[in-house]
Amino acid sequence: MFEIDRQSYDALVAHARAEYPNEACALLGGDGRVEKVYALPNAEASPTFYVVEPKAQLHAMTEMDELGWDLVGIFHSHTFTEAYPSRTDVELARYPEAAYLILSLADQDAPELRAFRIVDGQVAEEPVEIVDQASSAVAG
Amino acid sequence: MPVEVRIPTILRKYSDGAKSVAAEGDTIRGLLADLDRRYPGIASQLLNEDGSLHRFVNVYVNDEDVRFLGALDAKLDQGDVVAILPAVAGGARG
Repeated sequence: MFEIDRQSYDALVAHARAEYPNEACALLGGDGRVEKVYALPNAEASPTFYVVEPKAQLHAMTEMDELGWDLVGIFHSHTFTEAYPSRTDVELARYPEAAYLILSLADQDAPELRAFRIVDGQVAEEPVEIVDQASSAVAG
Repeated sequence: MPVEVRIPTILRKYSDGAKSVAAEGDTIRGLLADLDRRYPGIASQLLNEDGSLHRFVNVYVNDEDVRFLGALDAKLDQGDVVAILPAVAGGARG
């Protein structure tokens, strides 16, 4: 199960839409749960490929380290295909500790977010749960 | 000269789990060779067969990407901190 709060989810969708038709990428830092979305530049500026801009990647990961956070998620969008890891995604996955989140904008009116672990070339899906913190706070 | 090298999670199987190790070298090339002597096999994860830096491996000296410092020829000074990070990359292509 990959839990993400509504605000972070909305930030990912907004980032993906802003970069469309290019793929958008982001890192998610936190401590067991998502605390911060680092919406980062795609150095490739491409609709079919992404590389997180290296200095932005270092800065985000250094901040996570300093805050005692883990890299809980690696996000990118697929602008024309389904939210499933491509062969490229699997080949280039180097962060077994993170969930790989893919948002499909193939249907722009109905973005679809899915989460996967990619370890040693093996893909395992984790269900995504979007949590409405505001409503639970009111209920509590 | 000794330099601190930060090791990413995926390469800690080479460093006995250490997040940070010491290694020596006057350049990144020399440093990676020394690192591979201490932790055999680690360089093969960072370099291509022709000895160049792998496209999807980022190496930084202090805060700067070594691709802007002469790549493997980037000079090192005592007290520098070298970070190795696998690139975060992928995409729908392929």
